[in-house]
Amino acid sequence: MSEHNVLTPLPGTFYRSPSPGAPAFVKEGDVVTVETVIGVVELMKQFTEVLAGVAGTLSAFVVDDGDAVDSDQPVATVAAP
Amino acid sequence: MTSYFSERGPIRRLFIANRGEIAVRIIRAARELGIETVLGISSADRESLSAKLADAVVELGPPAAAKSYLNIDAVLTAIEASGADAVHPGYGFLSENADFAHAVRRMGRIFVGPDPETIELMGNKAVARECAVRAGVPTVPGTPGVVSDVEVALTSAATIGFPVMLKAAAGGGGKGIRVARSLDELSTLFVEAQREALAAFGNGGIYLEKFIGRARHIEIQILGDGQDVIHLYDRECSLQRRRQKILEEAPAPSLSAEVRERLCAAAVALARSVSYSSAGTIEFLYDDDTGEFFFIEMNTRIQVEHPTTEMVTGIDLVREMLCIAGGARLRFKQDEIRLHGVAIECRLNAEDPERGFLPSPGTVNGLRLPAGPGVRVDSMLYDGYKVSPFYDSLLAKVIVWDESRSRAISRMKRALGEIELGGIKSTLPLHLRLLGDEAVQSANYHTNFLEAWLAAGAG
Repeated sequence: MSEHNVLTPLPGTFYRSPSPGAPAFVKEGDVVTVETVIGVVELMKQFTEVLAGVAGTLSAFVVDDGDAVDSDQPVATVAAP
Repeated sequence: MTSYFSERGPIRRLFIANRGEIAVRIIRAARELGIETVLGISSADRESLSAKLADAVVELGPPAAAKSYLNIDAVLTAIEASGADAVHPGYGFLSENADFAHAVRRMGRIFVGPDPETIELMGNKAVARECAVRAGVPTVPGTPGVVSDVEVALTSAATIGFPVMLKAAAGGGGKGIRVARSLDELSTLFVEAQREALAAFGNGGIYLEKFIGRARHIEIQILGDGQDVIHLYDRECSLQRRRQKILEEAPAPSLSAEVRERLCAAAVALARSVSYSSAGTIEFLYDDDTGEFFFIEMNTRIQVEHPTTEMVTGIDLVREMLCIAGGARLRFKQDEIRLHGVAIECRLNAEDPERGFLPSPGTVNGLRLPAGPGVRVDSMLYDGYKVSPFYDSLLAKVIVWDESRSRAISRMKRALGEIELGGIKSTLPLHLRLLGDEAVQSANYHTNFLEAWLAAGAG
């Protein structure tokens, strides 16, 4: 098993749920696939989904909901074989 | 109608509760009237052009809009600290927030806009529809108000006829809209739309309207002083991407004199029926095949595309808002409002049209903006300006005026051709391609034109 970083495709603000007050897309310990949406990045009022990119278990988020992020910044790790 | 003060005098100090190009616009109008300006800023906007131009700034909070420009408590505290006797909310942000307008008035300050009650009335798009009906203004066939549950939605849709638009009552500005083409789709979309509306607008109310497939977006500018209303004619805003306008013109090229007169009369009737005060815009869908038009919504604020109306009428709308807010009656009679020539506005956004309109924040360098006869640029750009990732992508509005539509198009091409904008991507190439398109040149377009044009790879 190794830890894979999930990177944001864009700079902006990272959110863990689709809208304020809505449940988070995923939480630590959830099983994810390559296409599981784990968060969104808001940039100039547009939202882009962040996909897990690898199948496995979401180990941890390394940024908080509402944090500013840069392009290609790790936001979470996925434990995958 | 509640009034929190019996007398108004001309404004002495104005608090601007907005940012970007509209904040610059408001500061300019205020300065010309001898009004002091105080700007509320987030920490990301300390170096903005509006912050440099304002007489004073008050910091509202960190960059995120929710913590600054949309943070009512922070804005009210800043207004108090500023000593301003009036507040201009611009467009977007708190400009159509009735609670904010009420709060400003409770503080004994002037809100530059209509009464909070009117904002609330027109802010609920389902209620606004009913106002239009009562004022004798044609509306799109639809439900008389918000639809309580999916059963009612299905029955209503059967009467209205498919396709049906689901619209958030607390939405507006093209947000919170879905289209259902069958009963099955409607069942699913209705529940989704309610949930989305609740999350996005704090109100899950949905109303239904017939989907009008091929129509033009025509809007009428009005000014009221609480007793009288005048119109300043029409604008056409049919070129939209994802329901956001990108190119507008005044007057609407597709209207006959007879339809223009009926549209303007309908708009004035609606505004009069609510004793409207300040600037406002009434939006319609116009079917140029049948000559029918339908009210869709009223915006109780200054609009982004207001410069086009200013260029063809010679009237400064923000100035008039400030005068009316200071207690003046309308300074013009309807017969003094004349249309002269044609104005076109191109909205330049920090988005890359080559990469699916990917937002493109960054630092502007090598900036050259156009000028010359009949060219106006409303923008907050300066060389070295950092285009922020936290707000919308509007960089500049380039507006041209000329004697005729064909001359205005030539002038716009000339003006856009002068622009240099390094360090970021913008939609400038898109506008140049659009203006070179035969359909745009002959004004042969409608609200779905641009997306189809982009999808076909013409853009």
